[in-house]
Amino acid sequence: MKKTGISSRLKQVLFSFALLFLLTGCSDRFVLLDPAGPVARTENWNIMITFLLSMLVVIPVLAIMVYVVYRYRDRPGNKAPYTPNWDDSKILEVIWWGIPILIVAILGVFTVRDTFALTRPPSNQKPMTIQVVSLDWKWMFFYPESNIATVNYVEIPAGVPVQFVLTADAPMNSFWVPQLGGQMYTMPGMEMYLWLQADRPGVYDGKGANFTGKGFAHMNFQVVAKPQAEFELWVKSVKASAPPLTKEKYNQLVKPSIADKQLYSSYPATLYREIVDKNGGMYWRMHHGEHESHEHH
Amino acid sequence: MINQIVEYLRNADPLIQMSAVAAVLTLLGIIFALTYFKKWGWLWREWITTVDHKKIGIMYLICALLMLFRGGVDALLMRTQLAFPNMNFLDSQHYNEIFSTHGTIMILFVAMPLIFAMMNIAVPLQIGARDVAFPFLNAVSFWLFFFGALLFNLSFILGGSPDAGWVSYPPLAELSHSPGPGINYYVLSLQISGIGSIATGINFIVTILKMRAPGMTLMKMPLFCWSVLASCIVIIFAFPALTVALALLGMDRIFGTHFFTMLHGGNPMMYVNLFWVWGHPEVYIAILPVYGILSEVVSTFSRKRIFGYKSMVASLMLISVISYFVWVHHFFTMGAGPGVNSFFAVASMAVGIPTGVKVFNWLFTMFRGRIRLTLPMLWSLTFIPCFAVGGATGIMLASAPADYQFHNSYFVIAHFHQTLIGGAVFGLLAGMYYWWPKMFGFKLNETLGKWAFWFFNIGFYVCFMPQYALGFMGMTRRVYTYPAETGWGTLNFVSTIGAYLMGIGFLFIVVQILYSIRYGERDTTGDPWDGRTLEWSLPSPVPHYNFAQIPTVNERDAWWEMKQQRKEGILPPTKEPLKPIHMPNNSSLPFFMGLAFFVAGFGLVFNQFIIATVGLIGVVVCMLWRSLEKDTGHWISVDEIKQMEAS
Ligand code: HEM
Ligand SMILES: [Cu+2]
Ligand SMILES: [Cu+2]
Repeated sequence: MKKTGISSRLKQVLFSFALLFLLTGCSDRFVLLDPAGPVARTENWNIMITFLLSMLVVIPVLAIMVYVVYRYRDRPGNKAPYTPNWDDSKILEVIWWGIPILIVAILGVFTVRDTFALTRPPSNQKPMTIQVVSLDWKWMFFYPESNIATVNYVEIPAGVPVQFVLTADAPMNSFWVPQLGGQMYTMPGMEMYLWLQADRPGVYDGKGANFTGKGFAHMNFQVVAKPQAEFELWVKSVKASAPPLTKEKYNQLVKPSIADKQLYSSYPATLYREIVDKNGGMYWRMHHGEHESHEHH
Repeated sequence: MINQIVEYLRNADPLIQMSAVAAVLTLLGIIFALTYFKKWGWLWREWITTVDHKKIGIMYLICALLMLFRGGVDALLMRTQLAFPNMNFLDSQHYNEIFSTHGTIMILFVAMPLIFAMMNIAVPLQIGARDVAFPFLNAVSFWLFFFGALLFNLSFILGGSPDAGWVSYPPLAELSHSPGPGINYYVLSLQISGIGSIATGINFIVTILKMRAPGMTLMKMPLFCWSVLASCIVIIFAFPALTVALALLGMDRIFGTHFFTMLHGGNPMMYVNLFWVWGHPEVYIAILPVYGILSEVVSTFSRKRIFGYKSMVASLMLISVISYFVWVHHFFTMGAGPGVNSFFAVASMAVGIPTGVKVFNWLFTMFRGRIRLTLPMLWSLTFIPCFAVGGATGIMLASAPADYQFHNSYFVIAHFHQTLIGGAVFGLLAGMYYWWPKMFGFKLNETLGKWAFWFFNIGFYVCFMPQYALGFMGMTRRVYTYPAETGWGTLNFVSTIGAYLMGIGFLFIVVQILYSIRYGERDTTGDPWDGRTLEWSLPSPVPHYNFAQIPTVNERDAWWEMKQQRKEGILPPTKEPLKPIHMPNNSSLPFFMGLAFFVAGFGLVFNQFIIATVGLIGVVVCMLWRSLEKDTGHWISVDEIKQMEAS
């Protein structure tokens, strides 16, 4: 009989333990709790507020349950009141329709505010653009402004908003660098837009998040943020020392395989556009128009 | 086709070869046992050709438990592979196949048949009906489910399993990237069982609306029936979207159309939308009946009327409506604009409101009651914290900016297992324990059941709580391996231990059932729990015509009311004399129809159009045959009824 009382308490303890564990961010491995840029920070704030507000319901529920089960167990000599036909209380019902409505309303406001905010550049610095193509099973990056390309490795200047323009030359994937911000899908023939920014220099792990078959688990890449000057030096050195990316090399890369980090001093100017189009980009443009907006469908 | 299969088996991973051998041996064993004990006739007459809703319910239950075993073994294999970094237990292809079949089986071949089992077993009894509205169709639904599941399960020994996840997004699921028969198996088996599900939805809506006993207005109907009504409404609106998605994907794969390939003007996002227009409501299809079960169990074992009945009904209906307006939350990160994402985010959170209300109503049903901690009640109680947490993490996911981070991570895995296992499965187990005596006439052993309960529950938390944390550590779902530097090893190891504890819990349930078949306490009263609704007024197991006389209902908890009145010395009004009862005949057509669908499906899987055509002709022949049948029922005489009631 006693068992359930204990079990519920046990669960509560277990659960609060789990929370403590999460909230304190006791380790820097909890990348979602360690945002390194304005986008990830907004999202992190959102995570915290939804968590705290939902606890306003969860904790009372657990507490009431433990209390009620303990008090009204069917055991000999239980003196607690027993009212088998009491089944209605307007006041109580108004309370528990009201509280969740209120909480959802508050959360709704924050959610809408942040959802809109995240479609805008995260800061007023002059932004840069990097085009990303997910391949089987590697990530290809093009720098249209300096005409270099990389594989499974991308450098960005710290403190500068970067707009990633995403597409796929393989099944759909999802581009995710948790410490810099949430993910966005890459889809063949379509272009998607994602703003990210790193506050401070550092190495951030990125990954493919949407399942794409055999080599999916190995589709990881590094994002290296450097001060602007160092970033420019890096670009120069790539231009000077790396081999160029030819169409043939790209056609090799497209084939399903797992790849290491690679750098290319240049790439055919039309390559990216061709990748989008050969996957049906023209149909997508037909429906969506040559739009600069950051949304579709 | 044969060559393809032989070739596949020869090259398959030893684990698969072993299970193929095991499958054949089991089959031979079953055939031998049936022959040895001379049970073929019995199996055919009493079960395969039955149209009795109670027996159909039991068959659903047995299949669901078997599938739970299969899906559970998949889960343990996956967790074993993930227990340590860089494990070499499963290769990536095999792992991909296992998580794809695991997800599909658990949702479509465990959760769905379990709810259908509960519906079939309890709904007609609770509303005082002799049967469902369309008993023959009910049998057809079951056999479609059965053969759909069979087709799906054959895939791993005959040609290869689907390996594109339970969502099977194109282009990954298109022929270009998944050339084997796996995805065809997925498409066709889901299509076949899906037809059955739609039919069940229609069947139970009509049953509930049209066949209630005299006096049982909608607002006097037990909450379980309300929840089934809500769930069936969702079924008939959601499943057609799945039907369309699968049909188009199947045509892309089998006939070379381009509905979902961009290259020729198709659009893969259309699939994603169609899939989730079904997929999201699907999770509510699974959970709504559980809300009903909980309401029955909590009220019965607290010996109290359900608190806030009207709120309960309203929230069921609200949930079923809102669940259509949230599907985009499964792909917030697919580039929809902030307006669209905001709408779907807020709508998703709104589902939490009626859900929260239900939880509070259950709590206040127990308040000032007398709570008996029997197995059904234990499983219901454990549902509450589980679902509170699952709902809370659902709200966290529903906030679009937060979801940009959580999406495709282990946080999502933990969330939906918490709602589907801690919610749907725990609730359905509560239902199984609750109605078990009604189904079989004996109770399940409580001690063994408690062992099962504790192993399962502790295992559950040990397994899934670490997965929330892994989500925060950026672990993506569906990876078959991970390097040690990620630091995900410890938590994964803990999670694997939890999975095995749950496995032990499941074994205890099996032992409990086997033990109780022999030694279980017989239920001679028909009312072992001191129940409140009409099914408890009948003997257990229930005679196949259910009610010798259709009861008249005056109150919500009709049977409770009758018992109270009897206690106060008010005798029920003298009964009218018995009349002969008309019941539908058994029929082998539903079985053959399912078989014909199976043959057609199998043919299509391997692009063998002759076999497929034979199967489809079989389907048409069955329908014609049925339409020409004139005499589909029989009468049970008063004498027979008297005899049955006396025994
Ligand atoms: C308060 C109610 C709930 C809310 C707000 C909610 C919200 C969500 C959201 C936003 C996602 C998508 C996460 C992502 O992929 O990024 C999700 C996933 C999921 N939820 Fe819930 N949920 C709720 C209740 C439920 C219930 C009751 C069930 C099942 C019985 C359920 C089962 C699932 C499943 C299966 C998935 C994952 C599907 C997949 O990607 O494979 N949820 N939920
Ligand atoms: Cu798109
Ligand atoms: Cu959903």
